[in-house]
Amino acid sequence: MSGPLEGAQDAARLLSFGLRPRLVPARDPDYRDLVRRYLADTEFAALTQAIAAGLGLVVLDVSERAGMVPAGAAESAFAVRIGDYARRAGGEHRAADRLLHALAQLAVAALAYPRPADLADASYVGRVSVHGVDAFVRESCRLLAERCAEDDLTLDPPLGAPRLEAAWRLYARRASTGITRDARRLAGSTTGIIARAMNFLVDSGCLVPVGDQAGGTFRTTGRYQIQVRELAADAAFEELLALGVVTVTDGSGSLQVRSDEPVLPVTTAGAVDAAEVTETADV
Amino acid sequence: MFEPAPSTPPSQQTTPSQQTTPSQQTAPSPVTAPTQVTALSGATAPSPVPTVSPMGLGLVGDVGMVRRLKALALTQPLHDLDVRKAHLAGASEGDGDGHGGGPGAADFSGYAMAELGLHAIDQVTVSMDFDRGADHDQVLRRLVPLAAAQAPGRPPAEHERVASWVLHSLINVGNVNRGFDAGYGTLHADGRYVRRRFDFKLLVELADPAGDIYLRATDEAVTVLVGALDTDITSAQIAAEVALDTLIRRGRLADARAAAEAARYRTVQYAEQLRGRLDATRRNVLAVDWLEAMPTLIDEALAHVEQRYRYENAILTHIRRYRDSTDDPDHKRQAADLVTIVGDCIRRHTQLQARLLEAGGVFRAEQDRQQFAAASARAGIDLHAELLVPTLALPAGEAERPAVAFFPGAVGVRTPRAPRVLDLVDVLLRPPVDRDVLGAEIVEADLVELTEQPRFDDETWARALELLDLDPAGPRRLSALLADARRTTTATVAAGDTGAAVAGGAEVAELVALLALHAVSPRIEAARQAGDPTLMVAVDDGTPLADPHFGGADLLVGRARLGSPEPAANPAQAADSEQATHTVETAR
Repeated sequence: MSGPLEGAQDAARLLSFGLRPRLVPARDPDYRDLVRRYLADTEFAALTQAIAAGLGLVVLDVSERAGMVPAGAAESAFAVRIGDYARRAGGEHRAADRLLHALAQLAVAALAYPRPADLADASYVGRVSVHGVDAFVRESCRLLAERCAEDDLTLDPPLGAPRLEAAWRLYARRASTGITRDARRLAGSTTGIIARAMNFLVDSGCLVPVGDQAGGTFRTTGRYQIQVRELAADAAFEELLALGVVTVTDGSGSLQVRSDEPVLPVTTAGAVDAAEVTETADV
Repeated sequence: MFEPAPSTPPSQQTTPSQQTTPSQQTAPSPVTAPTQVTALSGATAPSPVPTVSPMGLGLVGDVGMVRRLKALALTQPLHDLDVRKAHLAGASEGDGDGHGGGPGAADFSGYAMAELGLHAIDQVTVSMDFDRGADHDQVLRRLVPLAAAQAPGRPPAEHERVASWVLHSLINVGNVNRGFDAGYGTLHADGRYVRRRFDFKLLVELADPAGDIYLRATDEAVTVLVGALDTDITSAQIAAEVALDTLIRRGRLADARAAAEAARYRTVQYAEQLRGRLDATRRNVLAVDWLEAMPTLIDEALAHVEQRYRYENAILTHIRRYRDSTDDPDHKRQAADLVTIVGDCIRRHTQLQARLLEAGGVFRAEQDRQQFAAASARAGIDLHAELLVPTLALPAGEAERPAVAFFPGAVGVRTPRAPRVLDLVDVLLRPPVDRDVLGAEIVEADLVELTEQPRFDDETWARALELLDLDPAGPRRLSALLADARRTTTATVAAGDTGAAVAGGAEVAELVALLALHAVSPRIEAARQAGDPTLMVAVDDGTPLADPHFGGADLLVGRARLGSPEPAANPAQAADSEQATHTVETAR
């Protein structure tokens, strides 16, 4: 009788380790042993998953590098909701701030794993900085603006319909930084929003601060990669699909490479990138 | 409700294709809020008058009109400065600055705020470099004197306040976006009149790698500053050059100066473009079109630099000649200013050229770094191209869905906090921790006094002084004294202390020689103040010193008695040296 009970206890302990996001197996021998047991013993793995499911958690991945990576199911008590995260702002900017906070998280991930391969490669460690992410998004905004700029008459958004305004305009319009009376970061500026996103990710064991350069520099952890790859990216992608925005492509992309151009690696990829962007927007 | 009616008759008049439009029109019409009639949009709002079709008026798709409306809007913040200064005055004096001599009398009407604003933009633009701008303090420092010049009678604190108010207003600190917006309207072929919002900024705050915040002027601000320059960069540049050359030839230097400055702004804009593209390349090679757009930009910019460089050198020669030949001092000064500006232009071109030459290298290095890294066999989702960019392109209301969906997965799980009341009681009852205000105790450092080892030990000094304690009546030659010093040594050797004594003998001789040398220019005043009865004096009478270790004159060393400040009794001796100026009575 003690066998199954002990097994359940160990499985729950493994989960509890997983719920302490900044802990990694390399630092705790108990944790490491449990992870190894999970990887070796399928019964134990099934038991752990069952307990997780009962708690409203999904085991995304278990590895010696990242440890146990659980995720909160839709209505789980463990999930963080954007409403709790971006509660601060009020008034007319509330909706805008909520969107900007959510976009900041997306942008951090996009810069941390700039290429699809980076997300797939378990040994990849991304390096992101607050200013880097801000510049990255602004550049994307600039490219989108350039695309709109061909028609001068529709360059500016209609008045009095904020929900119809393109998201990039919201971002581009927001100040990137600013002086404050007490020399702190301006919370409403985009760098302030990004810094908040990153610090939140540090608390969640997704990023590790490595320095103060460029407004704060961080490196990614295995946990973050797994979370983005296995859950977040798919969830966002599905929403985009539901909105009918993205055409599903096979791995090679839905675009033609112009044959009269020399096929250099950068050329191919660049053409793919540019064409894809255009296509997704036109849909 | 209102709009479909007037536009139907015109559509019948003009083209049959527009027959279908009224049905489409009903949907977007609520967007147009009739209450929000701004001054700008009023200019292009003839549509409610149903007599003539907008098509007929040729107002549909009038891009030029939109441009002009925007240009007009750009000046609005500057005008606002002067409008709003009245409110500034009222708000401030209520707090009791109490200066103007009456309630609410702090009169800001003396300041030309728009002018200060233009100067601020000017300052920022001029100090914009390839990778930096102006910092706040720097701009304020330049603005304060201008404010002071406009209202000389006012206190300096007010000048500073005005300057910082102008700068902050141009940044628009109060707005969460730190920018401005203006409304305007466009007419569409189907008769719709759509109001749009034009967002712009004049000065933007950016952070450098060290985290310091600096200011840059936006393209719009430069446009405001220089005038209608919102045209193709290259053509504007050429126009400015031609103008500059012509103006100098005609001697209209003030205009030439404006043209030269305009040329400089063009260069700054080129540099700004290049900087943005290179930064983007560093982040992601694929984001920048290095196949066509970048080589074109670089070629253009290089050609521009080359041409400008040649041109400006020619202009510089022109102006220098003008500066040196003109008689009018005012023209001379203007020409000198122009030389400075053109010199600065050349400096900027050189800088731009250096960056341009590096650009290819940046691209290749980044391509190596980013593209030739080992690719994984499994292709994942492309976060940038497949998620971020499409999301950014969506309208805000829809973009929220994917962005919000991304959020919980990315940030992971949080264990819900469950406070226990018991813990809360504990926390509340715990006495506050005394915070140590003074900080850690400073350890008293154990300091060792750093003394320099004296060159000559006490014994050597004693012997040397003994040797030099001469009878005031009998001065001696230095050679004799040295011989004595060395003899003392041999005597000590005989006494037994061999090694030290030999060294000591040479030491005594050296000290004697030094003291004798010192006595050539004795400190008479100091000795007299100390109350010394005698003073050692050495005189060079031309005899050379024959000694194996020392060279120079064989000084005559003696002791002089210090007398009262009466004329010297023996001027013959005194005349030999600078002692002649002092009242020293030498015993002879």
